[in-house]
Amino acid sequence: MSEAQVHVAHHGPPTSFIRKHVFSLDHKVIGKQYYGLALVAVFTGMVLSWLMRIHLVWPNAPIPGLQFLSKVGAPGGVMTPEYYLSLMTMHGTLMVFFVLTNAPFAAFGNYFLPIQIGAEDMAFPRFNMMSFWTTFVAFLILIAAFFVGDGPPISGWTAYAPLSAVGGDSGPGQALGQTLWGLSIFVFCIASLLGSLNFIATTLDLRTKGMTLARMPIVSWAWFITSCIALLAFAVLLPACLLLILDRVAGTSFFIPAGLNVSDHLQPHQGGSPLLWQHLFWFFGHPEVYIAILPAIGIVSHILICNMRKPMLSHKVIIYCMMGIGFLSYMVWGHHMFLSGMNPFSALVFSFPTLMITIPATIMTLIWLGSLYGSNLRINSASLFCVGFISMFVSGGVSGFFLAQPSIDIYLHATYFVVGHFHMVMGVAAIMGVFAGTYFWYPKMTGRMMSETLGKWHFYLTLIGTYAIFMPFHYLGLAGNVRRYSAFTDDFLVPLIPVHKFITFAALFTGAVQLIFIFNLFYSRFKGAVAPPNPWECTSLEWSTPSSPPPFDNFGGQHLVVYHDPYQYGVKSSTGDYLMQTSPERAGETP
Amino acid sequence: MGGKVFAVLVILIALASAVPIISHTFLGATVAPPEDISTHGAEIDKQMDETMIEAGLSFLAAQIALGFFVWQFGGRKDGPVKNFPGGAKYLVVAAVLLVGAEAIALGALGSKAWAKVYFQPASADALPVQVQAGQFAFYFRYAGPDGKFGQIHPDKIDEGNSNFFGLDPENDIAARDDIQSGEFVVPVNKEIHLMMHAKDVGHSFYVRELRIQQDFVPGLDLSMHFTATKVGKYEIVCTQLCGLGHYNMKGYLNVMSQEDFDKWLRSQSNT
Repeated sequence: MSEAQVHVAHHGPPTSFIRKHVFSLDHKVIGKQYYGLALVAVFTGMVLSWLMRIHLVWPNAPIPGLQFLSKVGAPGGVMTPEYYLSLMTMHGTLMVFFVLTNAPFAAFGNYFLPIQIGAEDMAFPRFNMMSFWTTFVAFLILIAAFFVGDGPPISGWTAYAPLSAVGGDSGPGQALGQTLWGLSIFVFCIASLLGSLNFIATTLDLRTKGMTLARMPIVSWAWFITSCIALLAFAVLLPACLLLILDRVAGTSFFIPAGLNVSDHLQPHQGGSPLLWQHLFWFFGHPEVYIAILPAIGIVSHILICNMRKPMLSHKVIIYCMMGIGFLSYMVWGHHMFLSGMNPFSALVFSFPTLMITIPATIMTLIWLGSLYGSNLRINSASLFCVGFISMFVSGGVSGFFLAQPSIDIYLHATYFVVGHFHMVMGVAAIMGVFAGTYFWYPKMTGRMMSETLGKWHFYLTLIGTYAIFMPFHYLGLAGNVRRYSAFTDDFLVPLIPVHKFITFAALFTGAVQLIFIFNLFYSRFKGAVAPPNPWECTSLEWSTPSSPPPFDNFGGQHLVVYHDPYQYGVKSSTGDYLMQTSPERAGETP
Repeated sequence: MGGKVFAVLVILIALASAVPIISHTFLGATVAPPEDISTHGAEIDKQMDETMIEAGLSFLAAQIALGFFVWQFGGRKDGPVKNFPGGAKYLVVAAVLLVGAEAIALGALGSKAWAKVYFQPASADALPVQVQAGQFAFYFRYAGPDGKFGQIHPDKIDEGNSNFFGLDPENDIAARDDIQSGEFVVPVNKEIHLMMHAKDVGHSFYVRELRIQQDFVPGLDLSMHFTATKVGKYEIVCTQLCGLGHYNMKGYLNVMSQEDFDKWLRSQSNT
C-alpha cells in the first residue's frame, strides 16, 4: 500500500461535552484516556507492591486501614498469606495488561501514530472508541474482584491450572474472584484486538503523500510491529480465557485431569491437561512482554535521535531488529516451561531461539551506544530517561541470558532472579520509555512545558531507587530465594531477610519519588511555561501541527506532503541544524 | 554539567551491582551459595560461573561505555558531529559473532548438563521412592519388602488417619507393606528414582543443594533421578504457586549412610 489519501476516517468536529471528552472518536482524546487509565492502574499496582513489600519484612504487623479494604483478607490490618497472594495477583495483572500494554502502545500510539504519518485520525475511529471503553470495562471487572466475598484470586497473573480452573476448592479467592479475572482478561483481549486492527490498517492505508514506509519515524514502526504481534498474541489468549471460564462454570475439562482430590473434594473432571493452559498462556505471554518493550524501544530511539541532533548509525538495522525480535518472540514461549514437565528435549529446542534473541537486542544496544558517540546530546528529562532506559535494558537483558539456558534454569527458575529480570526490563525500562515519551510529548499534547528541574530530580532519584530495588533481586535469586512466598520461614531464607528490608525501604522511597512526577504532570498543565510549536526542534510530523494541542483533525484541513525521512539532523538549513519532514528544502536521504 | 551526573551515577551503580553478585558467586560472600551434593551439579555450577563471567563483563562494558559516552558527548553544543568508526556494519558483525558464538557455546555446553539430568533414565538398580505433593505438604513412599507400590485411590485419601496416598491395604496386597514418611530419607551415594505425583494442583520440588527442580503436573506421573553425595539434612521447598500455604510447603531431604538408612527403613516397617 503506498501513500493513499483515503478519507475513511473523516468525521466532523465534536460539539457536545460527551462527544468531546467522554465518548470521543478523536484518537488524541482516546490516547489521553488510555494514558489516564494507565496512570490509575500504575498507581494502584504500585500501592499493592508497597503492601506486599511491607508484609514480606513485617508479616505480623498490622497495616493501618487495610482491614477496610478486606475484613477477611486483613483482620485487624494484619495481612493473611492468601491476601498477600491476592494482592500479588492483582499487582501483576494490572501492571502487565493495564499499564504496560496501555501506556507505551495504546496511549502514545493512539495519540501520535496518525499524526506522525500525516493522517486525520485512525482508520476506524468508532472501533477506536470501542476499544478504549472495552478496556475500561475490563478494568472495572478486574477491580470488582477486590470487593467480592472471597477477594481477588491467588493464582498469580499467570493463573496456572488446575489451581485456577477447579474453583473455590483450591483456595480463597478462587471462586468468584478467579472467574472475574478470567472475564476481565477475556474482555481486555477483545479491546486489544480491535486496537491492533486499527493500528495496522491506519499505518498501511492512511499515510500522507510522500510518507513511504521507509520515511515513517522509528517509533511509528515500533507501534506497527507491536500491533502485528498483539493481533496474533491476544487472539490466542482470548480463547484460552474462555476455556478456563468454561472449566470453572460449565463442567468442562480442558485443563483438569481426572482424579484430583482438592481439599478433600474429588473433582468431577477428567481428560484435561494443565500443560495446555501453560502452552496457550505463554504462547501469548512471551510476545506480550515484547509488546510491552518494543514501543518503548521506538520512543527512546525517536527521542534520542532528536536530542543527539544526529541520526542513528542505521535506522534500517534498528527496524529490522525490532522485526526480528517480533518474529522470534513467537518461537520461545517454552522457555517459561523448561521445568514444567513437558518433554525435556523441547527445552533445548526453545533455548536456542531464546539465546538468539540476544543478537538483535545486542545490535540495537550497540547502535544506540555507537550513535551516542560523536553526538551533541542535549540533556533534558526526556533524553535522560532515554539513556536510563539503555542502562536498564542492558541490566535486564543480561539476566535473561542466564535464564535462557535450561541447565542454569534448573537452579534459577521460580526464584527472585526471574522476578528481578522481568521487573528490570518491563517494570523499569519500559516505564522509563513512558516517562521519556511523557516529558517529550507533553508540550505537544498540552501546549505547556513540564518543569525540567523537577524532571531531572525525578530521573536521578528513580534511577537510583529502581536499581536499589531490583538489582538485589538477582542476588536473592542466586541464593535460591523462592518467589511468590508471602513470608520467609525456611532455614535458608531467614538470613536473606535483611536484604528484603533494604529492598522494601528502596521501594517505598522510589514510590514517594513518583509524586514528583505526578505533581509535575498536573501542575505544569496550568502553570507550565507556554510551549513553542517545536520546543525540541524535532523533524517528525507531530511537530508540524498548527497548534499544541493539535486541532481535532490534526493539521487544520491541510494535507501535508512529506519530502524527507525524519532523520535530517546535523544539516544546514533555514530552520537551523535540522529539516522538517514537510520542508521542500534539499532532500538528502540518510541510510 | 550536562550528562556528567548521569555518567558518574551509572558507573557507580554498575559497580555497586556487580560487587555483591560477583563476590557471592565466586567468594561465597555474605550468604554462601548452597553446597553441591549432587553428581551433576559440577557441570551446572561451571555453566553458571562461565555465564556470570561473560554476562558480568558485557554488563560492565556496556554500562561503562554508556557512562563514558554520555560524559563526553552529553551537553556538548555544536561540537563536530562524528560517526562511530565503521558505522553500523562492524557493530552488527561484532554482535552477531560475539553473541552468536557465546550462545552456541553455552547452549552446547549446557545441553550436556541437561542431558545428564533428563535424557538418561534412572538405572535399573536405583532405589524407587514416590513423592506426592498436595496442599501443603510433601509425603514420601517406599515400596517395602515386596518392592511394589500399592495403587493410589484419590477418593480414599484420609490425612486424619495418615492415609496420605489413599491406599487400600485391605484389598490391595502390594499396598500392605508400603512405608509412608513425611521426611525424604535416602542413602548417600545411591541413585534414587523419584516418582512424582500431584494430588490436587501444580507444585514443584526444589532442593538447592541437589541442583534439582521439577514441577509436578496433575494427571502426569513424572520421574527424576539423582544421587546425593553427602550426608546431611537439606530443605525441600515447593516452588510452584499452589495456594495460600505455598510459602510454608516444605520438607527435608535426610541423606544417611547406607547402614543408617537400612536401620531407618526397618524401623518404619515395624510401626
